This record gives sequence, C-alpha cells and structure tokens, in this order.
Amino acid sequence: MLEVDVRHRFGDFALEAAFKAETRTITALFGRSGSGKTSLVNLLAGLLTPNEGRIAVDGRVLFDSASGVNVPPNKRRIGYIFQESRLFPHMNVRKNLCYGRNLLPAAERRIGFDEIVELLDLAPLLDRDVTHLSGGETQRVAIGRALLSSPRLLVMDEPLASLDAPRKNEILPFIERLRDHMDMPVVYVSHALEEIIRLSDTMVLLSGGKVAATGPVEELTARLDLYPMTGRYEAGAVLATKIAEHDDKFGLSYLDFAGGRLTVPRVDLPVGSGIKLRIRARDVSLSLHRVENTSILNTLFGTIVEINDQGGPQLDIALLVGESRILARVTRKAASLLSLEAGKPIYALMKAVAIDRRSMGRSGSLSRVAETEKPAASDH
Amino acid sequence: MWSLTPLETEALSLSLKVSFWSVLCSLPPGVFIAWVLARKEFPGKMLLNGVVHLPLVLPPVVVGYLLLLLLGRKGPLGAWLYETFGVTVAFNWKGAALAAAVMAFPLLVRAIRLSIETIDQRLESAARTLGATPVRVFFTITLPLAAPGLLAGTILSFARSLGEFGATITFVSNIPGETRTLPLALFSMVQTPDGETGALRIMVVSIILGLGAVLCSEFLARRLSRRMGV
Repeated sequence: MLEVDVRHRFGDFALEAAFKAETRTITALFGRSGSGKTSLVNLLAGLLTPNEGRIAVDGRVLFDSASGVNVPPNKRRIGYIFQESRLFPHMNVRKNLCYGRNLLPAAERRIGFDEIVELLDLAPLLDRDVTHLSGGETQRVAIGRALLSSPRLLVMDEPLASLDAPRKNEILPFIERLRDHMDMPVVYVSHALEEIIRLSDTMVLLSGGKVAATGPVEELTARLDLYPMTGRYEAGAVLATKIAEHDDKFGLSYLDFAGGRLTVPRVDLPVGSGIKLRIRARDVSLSLHRVENTSILNTLFGTIVEINDQGGPQLDIALLVGESRILARVTRKAASLLSLEAGKPIYALMKAVAIDRRSMGRSGSLSRVAETEKPAASDH
Repeated sequence: MWSLTPLETEALSLSLKVSFWSVLCSLPPGVFIAWVLARKEFPGKMLLNGVVHLPLVLPPVVVGYLLLLLLGRKGPLGAWLYETFGVTVAFNWKGAALAAAVMAFPLLVRAIRLSIETIDQRLESAARTLGATPVRVFFTITLPLAAPGLLAGTILSFARSLGEFGATITFVSNIPGETRTLPLALFSMVQTPDGETGALRIMVVSIILGLGAVLCSEFLARRLSRRMGV
C-alpha cells in the first residue's frame, strides 16, 4: 500500500495532497493539466523533494520530513513510466529492459524476464533498436523496463497521452493485464476520464494542487458538484455491472447492476464477467411515464435525488435507480414542463447504442476470475 | 626528396607522442569540467568558464611564459613538483605535452560540454528511478550519449596539440629530440640555409596528419550516429 501526505510549494503554486493506494488496484490521479499531477508523482519517485510530509510504500518510509528520511530515487524501488517513454537511445530493446534489472541483486528480482516479455508481447522486439519502434511498442518496452526493476509501486504518468487512438487501444489491454497480475499498487496519472473509468478502481481528483475528492470511480463520477473538475461535456455516471446473458440473435448483452438490467451491444466476455460502464448524462432522457413502443431499449425507474442548476439552458439531474446513481442532462425547458424536483419518481431512457464503449472496462476485482482470456477481448 | 631525414622522423614521432599524452591526460579533467559547466549551477561558474577559455583568447606566447613562471624549476609549482615527486616538466617533452594540453583544453571542453548539454536530462532521471546511482548514470547514460562530442573534442585537441607552437617554444624551448615537434622543426628549417626541402616535407606530413585526423573523426562520427539511430 502507498501512503502519501505531502506539501510542496513551487513559486506561487502550492501542492498539498494526501491519499492512499492499495496493492493490486489502479489508483487514478485525475486532474486538468496544471493541477499538479506530474509534480506529485515526481515527489513520489524522489525526482523532487517535498517541503514537508511523509511517503511510505508497504510500511517502508521513503520520505519523512519529521524524521529527516529522504531515500534517493535509485533506492526507492518505484517503477516510473513516463509520458514520453524515455527509452535509452544508445541501447537496444533488450538492454533497455535489463537496465534496472541488472542493478538488482539476483535475490531481489521478483519479476522474471520471460514473464514480462510474454505479458507485454515483447519477444519480436528484443533485438530491435529503440529508435525504430512505433509509439505503442515504445511504451510497452518502457512498461517492461520499469516492471523488471521489480518495483514496490508502479507510477504511470499519462502513458497514453502521446499515442493516437488505435495505439491507445493497443496498450490499454496490457495495462489491464498488469493490474490483474502484478502484486503492487499502481498510480495512474491521466486527464482522460475514459481511460480512468476503464482502468482504475479508485480515483484521486486533483484541482489546483489540492485533492478535491477521493473515492471509488463510480462514486466520484456520479457527484454533480465535481462536474467543473471532471469536465462538463464528459459528465456521466459509472456503473459496476456484471454480464447476465448474451443475446446472440440480436448481438446484444444484458448487464445487471444494483438497480436493474441494461441492454448494450454485445460485449465479448464470458457471462459473469464484471464490466464498468459509463452512461453519459447527455445520453439519458427522462420521462414521467413508462414509454411504450419506442426504439429505446433501456428504461429504468428511479427517483430524482438532486438537481444541479448552474444557470444556462441545461440542468444536471441525479437519479437513484435501486442503489445506483445515474446522471441525466436535460434542458431547463423540459425540466419545467415536467416539473422535475427532488423526490419525484421518474423513468430514465437510454439508447443501447449510445453507451460509451471507449470507457467500458473489466472491473479489476471481478476480472481476475477470468485470467486466461486474451487481453484484446475487452476491446469489443 | 620525399624520404624523411632522421631528424624529421624524430620530430614526427615526438609530435605524435606529445599529442597523444596531451590528449590522454586532458580527457579526464576535460570531461569533468565539461560536465560541471553543462549541468551544475554554482557561484563562480562564469569565472571557471572564463579561465578554461583563456588559452583560446590569449597569445600562445603569453600562456607559454605563464607556464614557465609557474612550472619552471624555480617556479612555485615546478619547485614543489620537483621536491615532492622528483618530476620536472621544464625543457623536456613532458613540458611540451603540458603546453599542448593547456592550449587544446578549451576546444576539448567546449565540444564535450555542448554534447552533454544536448542530452535529455529526463533520460538521466529515468535511469535514477530504475536504480542507478548518480555515478552509474554518468557512466552508462551521460558519457555514452556524449560520445559524439567526446570524439570531436578528442580529434580537435589532438590536432591542436600537433600544431602547438608558441606556448611550446616559450615554455620548453626548441630542443632537438626533446621538444622540437613538427611545427618547431619547420620553423628551424625555414631559418637555416638549404632548409626549404625539409620544410616542404614537414608541411606535407602536417597536411596528411591533419587531413587524416579530420577524415577519421568524420568516419567515426558517422558510425556513432548510425549506431544511435539518429
């Protein structure tokens, strides 16, 4: 487990963050650019020294201003994957991979070379020059290099930010795989909500150098007050669901969640697999009565719990469907016509095809049951 | 007319020996000072930079005279060297090598420093997070990536050492077999009657050496950059 509680000033920017990250989970550090994400992970890795605070991994203190402990970066055992990969240009792939590993005494190498080569599918690249790799390959080698130094904590600073969409989809399954296989906490820095929803379980929301909120991804994405930080356009609730059955005739899957059942385009995972799914607020319509004879397949019944009115023509509405919160964005005019208010029973309508597939991800805890499947499968 | 006389052969081999030791001995401090100038901020950095560059802007004779004052048998440093180690650099080939090293030093430092400055420091911090100590980072990342500058600096300072004249003749004089390198031999021949053919031969030898150094550096630089995929 990682425990962080640090304070640091750069000029007139003050960073102040406290959070914990559990082993075998991906904890996302989310925030806009300039919110202090990269500085925070540089503090973890020891590339920057905080003014004060404490950093510990699995009980081992790496930094503690009170007792004067400051372990140098080379002794911290933190695997750091950088946005720009930072492979060493004068070494081939194999030498890059082994750089950190060779500095470890054999007894401390917890992660095997062959294991990593297989996990990240690096065998065809081993003897290549790093300057001739594609963006996705480069990032896979960087991940392998960090893991082979047998870190106690893995830190990934926007590892996908410099890649185009197809390359991102090439890397994402590998990161999911690593979450399920590696016995260490992972801190994943990103400003892309769909990556976080897909990969992580816990989220630390940074804003202006401070932790604005921390908690399960499902909980934070369903909070109306965090919209300004998570991005208004992207707003939507994340549901933890489980595949109940597949409908081969129509190419659909039925997902159960605490509050009902959803119909979505077919997900190629076995029945029983856990799926996290984001339903964007702007894809949800509301109705006072059950609508018959419509093309919309998903109708859920719930109660309005909160209305967020920030002026302007739109309102954000949170509903409770069973135990799950769902967000809907409607016009002020519609809200007035339906006299929407907290406590009112309501039907929520969602087109099956609108459900955001980019942010669909296997949830960590459940997917470990099905470890044998190909990582690419979760893409569909 | 193209075969070298024994005196000229002697001057050639002396020149090669002096230049070789000049470069070899100035490389370690040269690399260190280049790294300090490229990577460290400290008070007096400008001054250090200025002192390193001084031989480039001073008349060589001034540098030679300064060396003579400091390192002559009676100079403060020279006396100390002689009393402590029994070593003297006045009026022998070691002195010639030292004069050449001092004169070539700015070129060496400049080339290496520029090369280190172009290295992405983020690679060095990546190596730190992978478990490398600062010293290991220097030898496994910084120095190999500075290889092109190291090569350029070495060739430049070797060539500069071959051509060193003013500081050498002032500091260690023009002693055949001891301090009479190619340029000094050429100078002597031009001053003696019937010395023209010898001078001509030395000129040709100097051109061949210089051209050879440049071509060799060019060739190695290409191989290096190909290896690094630049």
